[in-house]
Amino acid sequence: MTSSTNVSCFHGARRVAIFGGTHGNEMSGVTLVNLWIQNGKEIQRKGVETKPFITNPRAVEKCTRYVDTDLNRAFTTENLSAPSGDDLPYEVQRAQQINEIFGPKGSPEAYDVIFDLHNTTSNMGCTLILESSKDHFNLQMMHYIKKAIAPDSCPVLLTEHPLLKYSTSRSVAKHPIGLEVGPQPQGVLRSNIFESMRVVLKHALDFIELFNEGLEFPPCTVDVFRVSEKMDYPRDTNGNIIAMVHPNLQDCDWEPLNPGDPMFQTFDGTTIRYEGAGTVYPTFINEAAYYEKQQAFVTTRRETLAAGAIKKA
Amino acid sequence: MEGREVVLPTVSRVALCGGTHGNELSGVYLVRERLKRKVEEEEHISVVTVMSNPRAVQQCRRYTETDLNRCFTHATLSGPVTDKTPYEIVRSQELNTLLGPKGSPEAMDLVCDLHNTTANMGLCLIAYSDCDWISLHIYRYLQRQMSDIPVRFIHFDLPLNEAYSLDSVGKHGFAIEIGPQAHGVVRSNILSTMQEGVQQMLEWVRLFNSGTPFEGGKVDVYTMVKNVDYPRDFETRGITAAIHPQLQDRDFCLLRPNDPVFQTFSGETLKYTGTEPLYPFFINECAYYEKGIALSLARQRSVGIPSIRSEREGEQGKRKSSAEEMEEEEEIKGEMEEEGYQKLMEYGEESDSLNGQYK
Repeated sequence: MTSSTNVSCFHGARRVAIFGGTHGNEMSGVTLVNLWIQNGKEIQRKGVETKPFITNPRAVEKCTRYVDTDLNRAFTTENLSAPSGDDLPYEVQRAQQINEIFGPKGSPEAYDVIFDLHNTTSNMGCTLILESSKDHFNLQMMHYIKKAIAPDSCPVLLTEHPLLKYSTSRSVAKHPIGLEVGPQPQGVLRSNIFESMRVVLKHALDFIELFNEGLEFPPCTVDVFRVSEKMDYPRDTNGNIIAMVHPNLQDCDWEPLNPGDPMFQTFDGTTIRYEGAGTVYPTFINEAAYYEKQQAFVTTRRETLAAGAIKKA
Repeated sequence: MEGREVVLPTVSRVALCGGTHGNELSGVYLVRERLKRKVEEEEHISVVTVMSNPRAVQQCRRYTETDLNRCFTHATLSGPVTDKTPYEIVRSQELNTLLGPKGSPEAMDLVCDLHNTTANMGLCLIAYSDCDWISLHIYRYLQRQMSDIPVRFIHFDLPLNEAYSLDSVGKHGFAIEIGPQAHGVVRSNILSTMQEGVQQMLEWVRLFNSGTPFEGGKVDVYTMVKNVDYPRDFETRGITAAIHPQLQDRDFCLLRPNDPVFQTFSGETLKYTGTEPLYPFFINECAYYEKGIALSLARQRSVGIPSIRSEREGEQGKRKSSAEEMEEEEEIKGEMEEEGYQKLMEYGEESDSLNGQYK
C-alpha cells in the first residue's frame, strides 16, 4: 500500500532535558527544575529519560542573569571548541561542560530534545521559540501544544535569521525548544506564570510520549512569527537612552505595528513613530535584559510553516 | 486639632534623590534628565538633584556591596571608614555630609527619595512619622491633584536614630515609591506618574513657602505592623510556595483571617493565620526575597492634620532680616550644589564611558 503523503520517520525521543536557570534570575524555570530534581514524578513519561538540569548554578545562587557572560549566547562553535581552562569566563566553561553532557552539539550522541525555560519582563504570554523552520518534529510538537492549550494562545517565535540567531544552551540538542513566559520581573516568582509554564511543559511531554508510542502525526501547518529586525532605543551621542517604549506600544507584544504608529516617547513627551515599509509584529518589548544588548524590541513577520507527517521509525 | 493653625518654617532647601537602588529606573531617569536640563532656579525653593548610588546605577543593580537604603542609621553614619568599608557605607556618609548631617539644623529641609517596586502599590509616600504635617499635607495635595493613580501614605514607626533610609537625613523626608515596574525597566506610564508626583510636590512646597495656608482635615495612613516571610525549606532555606494568585497584585486590599496567602508548588493553599484583618503591601517585591519578606502588613487609620502655613518675615524676633537670610542660604546652597555637582561629575564620567551603560 502506498501512502499518498510522505511520512518522516524519526527515532524515538529517548533523551529529553529540561533546562532551568540559564538566566539565574528567571525564577519559573529555576523553581520548576529544582522541584523536579527533588521529585521528578511529574515529568516522567514512558520510555523517556527526562533530565531536569540547572544550567547556570552560580548565577542562580546570586539571583543574577549571568556571572561573567550571557550563557544563552555562549554556545558558539568558537567557545565550544576552545581549549578548556579556568581562565575562560565562567559561562564559557559551563557551556563546554553542558556540551559534553548533553551534546556534543551537532553529533548523533546529542540529546534528542531540550526544553529551555525562561521568563521575560515583556508581555509575551507563553511563547515557544523555534530555531529552525525545517524541524518538523518541533513544528508538530508546537502544533500539538497550541491545540492543547487553546483557547489560550501560545505564539511561536522563529529565530532563524542569519544575523539575529544566537547560540543558545538548548542548541546542543537535535530538537531545541525555548519556552519564554512573561510578563514577570527578574527575581520574582508569580504563581500564574509558574503554572502556565508547567502546563505547557506537561503538554510537550505528553506529545513526546504519544510520539514514542508510535502515534503518527498527520501533516499540519503552524503560524509563526519570524524574527525580522532588532530595534534599539534612541540614544544620544554618549550612548544614553533618550526615549522609552511608547505607552501605546508597551505590553502590545504580538499586536500589529503599522508604519506611522507610535513607537518611542522621548522624556519630554515627543512621539517617535515606526517608519518601516509594512506592518510588523513586535515582541520582546521592553525586556529588562536587552537594554544592554541595544534592543528595545524585535520586529517579526507572520508566516505559515508546513510540517510533514511524522512517525516514530 | 483642625481649628488651630500651625506655623512652620519654610521648606526652602529640597533634595530630590534617585538611583538609591540602581535598578529602580524611574528615579534614575528622572534625576538624569533634571541634571541634563540643569533645571532653573526658582523663587521660593531651591532643589538639589542627586544620583545617590552611581556605581549601582552604572551596573543596573540594586546595590554593589550592601543596600544603600539601609545605611542611614546614626550608628552606620558615624561608624569608622577604612579601605575595607563597603562602597555604600562610604557613600551614605558622603550623602549625609551633602544633605545632612542628619538631625542637625544644617540638614536639608526636605529629602525626597525616588523608588520603584515590583509590587502593585500605585504611588506611596513612605515616612517614619505620622505627625509630620509637611509630609502629610504633601500627601493630601498629591491625592487631590493626581486622579489617575491611587496615592497612599505608609508609616514605619521608628525613632529617628533607628530610621535607616536616605529620606531620614532631612528635617522632613519621605520616599516616593511607585509600582508595579520590573527592576531594570522603564515604563513610560510609571515615569510620567513619577514626574507628575515630583512636580506636584514641588508645587506644594512653592505654594507653602510663598505663604499659602493649607487647611487641615483628615487623611488615611497605613502604619506598618509586621512582615510575613515565604514558607521555606528547613535545610536549604529555599522558598516552597509563591504568593497565592488571589493575593498577587492586591496590595492594600484588606486581608482577613483565613484568606489565601501562599500557594505551595504542590498546589496547596496556605491561609492567613493572623486574627486581625490587615492591609498587605509590598506583595512580592523582588528585592525582599533576600530580606525574608513576602509581604508586609499594615493597619489603616485616619489621622487629623492641622491647618498650616509658613512663617512670615519677622514672625520670629530672633531671625535675621530676610535679605541677610537669603544671602546666607544662597551661599550655602551654592557650596552644596557645587560639591554635589562635582561629585556627580566624577561618577558621571565613569558611567558615560561605558557604551550601553549597564553591565
